[in-house]
Amino acid sequence: MSADPARVAVPAMLLQMRGITKAFPGVQAVKSGSFELAAGEIHALVGENGAGKSTLIKILTGAHRADTGNILVNGTSVSFDSPITARQAGIAAIYQEFTLIPTMTVRENLFLGREKTHHGFVDSRFEYQTAVTLLTRLGTEIDPEAKIADLSTAHQQMVEIARALQTDARILVMDEPTAALTPREVERLFAILKELAGRGIGIIFISHRLDEIFAIADRVTVMRDGDTIGTWRTAELTRIKLIEQMVGRSLEEEFPKVAAPRGEIGFEVRGLCGGKIRDVSFSVRRGEVLGLAGLMGAGRTEVARLIFGADTKESGDIRLDGGPLHITSPREAIAAGICLLTEDRKMQGLVLKASALENFALPNLLLWSKSGFINRRRERSRFFERVDNLNIRLSGPDQHAEDLSGGNQQKLLVARWLETDSKVVIFDEPTRGIDVGAKYEMYLLMNELAAQGKMVIMISSELPEILGMSDRILVMREGRVAGEIEDVSTATQEQVMALAT
Amino acid sequence: MDWRGRSSRLVVDYGMLGILLLLCIFFSVLTLRDQYPTGIAAADALYEQIASSTAKETGIIIVSRESGDDSLFAAALKARLSVGGYANVHAISGDPSAIKEELPLYIGAAGSPKIIATTQAFAPVVHNVVSQIAAAAEATIMTPPAHRWPTFLLPDNIRNVANQITVIAIIAIGMTMVIITAGIDLSVGSLIALSAVVVAWLIGQLGGAGTSAMGMILGSLGGIVLCGAVGGFSGLMITRFRIPPFIATLAMMQVAAGVAYIISQGKPIYQIPDGFIWLGRGVDPLLKIPYAVILMIVLYIAAHIVMTRTTTGRYIYAVGGNMEAARLSGIRVRMILFLVYTVCGMLAGLGGVVMASQLKSGAPTYGLSYELYVIAAVVVGGTSLSGGEGRILGTLIGAFVIGVIQNGMNLTNVESYTQKVILGLVILGAVLLDRLKQQGFRLTKT
Repeated sequence: MSADPARVAVPAMLLQMRGITKAFPGVQAVKSGSFELAAGEIHALVGENGAGKSTLIKILTGAHRADTGNILVNGTSVSFDSPITARQAGIAAIYQEFTLIPTMTVRENLFLGREKTHHGFVDSRFEYQTAVTLLTRLGTEIDPEAKIADLSTAHQQMVEIARALQTDARILVMDEPTAALTPREVERLFAILKELAGRGIGIIFISHRLDEIFAIADRVTVMRDGDTIGTWRTAELTRIKLIEQMVGRSLEEEFPKVAAPRGEIGFEVRGLCGGKIRDVSFSVRRGEVLGLAGLMGAGRTEVARLIFGADTKESGDIRLDGGPLHITSPREAIAAGICLLTEDRKMQGLVLKASALENFALPNLLLWSKSGFINRRRERSRFFERVDNLNIRLSGPDQHAEDLSGGNQQKLLVARWLETDSKVVIFDEPTRGIDVGAKYEMYLLMNELAAQGKMVIMISSELPEILGMSDRILVMREGRVAGEIEDVSTATQEQVMALAT
Repeated sequence: MDWRGRSSRLVVDYGMLGILLLLCIFFSVLTLRDQYPTGIAAADALYEQIASSTAKETGIIIVSRESGDDSLFAAALKARLSVGGYANVHAISGDPSAIKEELPLYIGAAGSPKIIATTQAFAPVVHNVVSQIAAAAEATIMTPPAHRWPTFLLPDNIRNVANQITVIAIIAIGMTMVIITAGIDLSVGSLIALSAVVVAWLIGQLGGAGTSAMGMILGSLGGIVLCGAVGGFSGLMITRFRIPPFIATLAMMQVAAGVAYIISQGKPIYQIPDGFIWLGRGVDPLLKIPYAVILMIVLYIAAHIVMTRTTTGRYIYAVGGNMEAARLSGIRVRMILFLVYTVCGMLAGLGGVVMASQLKSGAPTYGLSYELYVIAAVVVGGTSLSGGEGRILGTLIGAFVIGVIQNGMNLTNVESYTQKVILGLVILGAVLLDRLKQQGFRLTKT
């Protein structure tokens, strides 16, 4: 352990959590949790899924009660029995899923539940002025009368932050705040967070993206298996060292890339057009991992959807193994040997209410059925084999997909597509929102697929991942191919960004 | 999954079964009263009583009406007595005046002591007759002993409940599938009427009251196919033009009801052969289970297998759980939705056939607000209106819950307006209970 929190600490401690424990039936979620936050500090809290960080945060925000341990805010011991009391103590949390009402305006959302009224009538003028002041302070020009639904994700997030500030929050908890933002929006957000920290607000920053942690956090606290492992100044750490602390073992490298022998060209796209996609052409060799880079909204996902038949293409030829493919639906794409791991697991991948087994089986049922009847023994045996192979952690085949962790959900989806034995495997943001350990396993799996001679197309917004795992990189911009990088080993992030912007 | 997980899953899936049992117990207790056996059972019971209290040489006169149950009673009792060693047994039957003429003749022949054996229903008449015959004054009138048993649990009543819910339960199969895909079908009530009218009309065209069995089958198929087509049309509107199911089927509900009135010119059609009631009123000879109920059970078994064992069933759940994920998994989502609405329409058509058969006529007024009962059965059966979840067998239980409540209230003489209020509250309560159970009996704070 590199640093004793007490020594690192600045005297003015905004928040101290000590000796926190919390057990749920059958699981000790937090064994010994501690966390400190100084005023004006941005403090990252990291750990794999199940490490206990979300439980710790829920205890802080009053959603759960700790079994033992104490929480001090500004040196005073507090005990929260509901999110409301936590809020009153100046703790505001902004989650991935926003709590704004999409059909109402920014102003109405900002004042929801604490409307400024005058004889029972809402004082819109006052609310408007206050909203403008708040939003300007955040350096945004959002119209207070705009509907939430019409705002970009980044702007919605700003409204969430404005709402937290409006209640005079001193401690701001941000859970994966950048998950849905473009790089430019992330930069903007970081500037605002730094500004807020400059005003003495303490920010707890939770993220799976290590480069962001290094970009913004002053300190990092790592949790693993319910314990707080330690707190470090970010400047004292390296990526590898941080990952090692999170997974609890030493790692050779973050990206275990093994280049597979590349065969002939097996998959070709020529002149693909559809929606905002204009004239996209590329080819993939057997055993190759093609990285598809670009800014959010550059059209990478759209290309994947056009190839997969999820959207209708206007023109363009797709050839697999030299023969032309006429794909008009995902069903035909799957039959032709193409699969797509979608970027949004919950909306487009899983049937959340269905069991793990049913989710696994969904695209493969025809393989295991005879005249419409499912061979359930075969279905289960395939399931258990894949679960073992991919090391998917679940309580059993009947566990609901929604109860699995992000990493295991992703692995379950990968397992189902492996079962179809596709020749072309498209991964859209394969490691988004999953923990470091599961990420590593995804990378090993990509190596394996390439080694089997499959053609892998990997879409990713994480440049280190693109650079670390691709054999060749295609950069997209505004619906077109902006450039290609053949020699990945010498490529830099700047080179990719230059093509992307 | 450990036993605790399994059993809690079972409770969530089929928890309504417990409520159904409680309802049955409740109405059994409320309707517990003296039951008088009839027919052979009455003969057996009375023989036991006679054999235990009377000497073999006693003169016994069996008095009965000339009806089915009474004749059975008389014949069976006479046979029992003769096997039991009673030699001095006579039987007379007929209306009260005939009894009054014949009884004195046998009184003399029977000697003394004398027993007059009769059924509970006929006893008042016999008492009256005997009081007018001096020679019969010393005779003891014996009737089969009564026993305490709930009217609710009499085989006849249970059959009655099953009969009453058949139409609702059959259509609820299709509705369950529709609701699992996160849809709704409001047209089923009107389709009952449409089917019943079309079937009656078709049979009329094929020969009316003199139609052959083939004609009746063709007529019925006509009604079912037409309703299937209407359901399919709704499905087409929903899948091709993205009209919300609520609106599409609401429109078809109006259309179907209107067409039923047009075809029948607003009047019931009665020209149906006697043989047509075979399905609705016939019972199997062995267990006396109505054929319509057997049909219902067969359909439930088939639907359960489809939903749990076949790819189609899996796809229906997947489409309801997450349509986009299903499509991206290569499932023909539109096909599945089209299929589900078509099946629901066909089953509504079959429901109309059953109802026409039960009532031996087809009228445009049939099935009014049945869609609500059907939806209630599905929801009480544990299927979520948000789609992706639900059990076919749960729906059968839900249909029984509704049938039992209605029947129980009829038996306990609850007035019909009050029945509506109670039924509504029970549906609400049942669903509420199910919700609470899924949350582990915690109230969510919002």
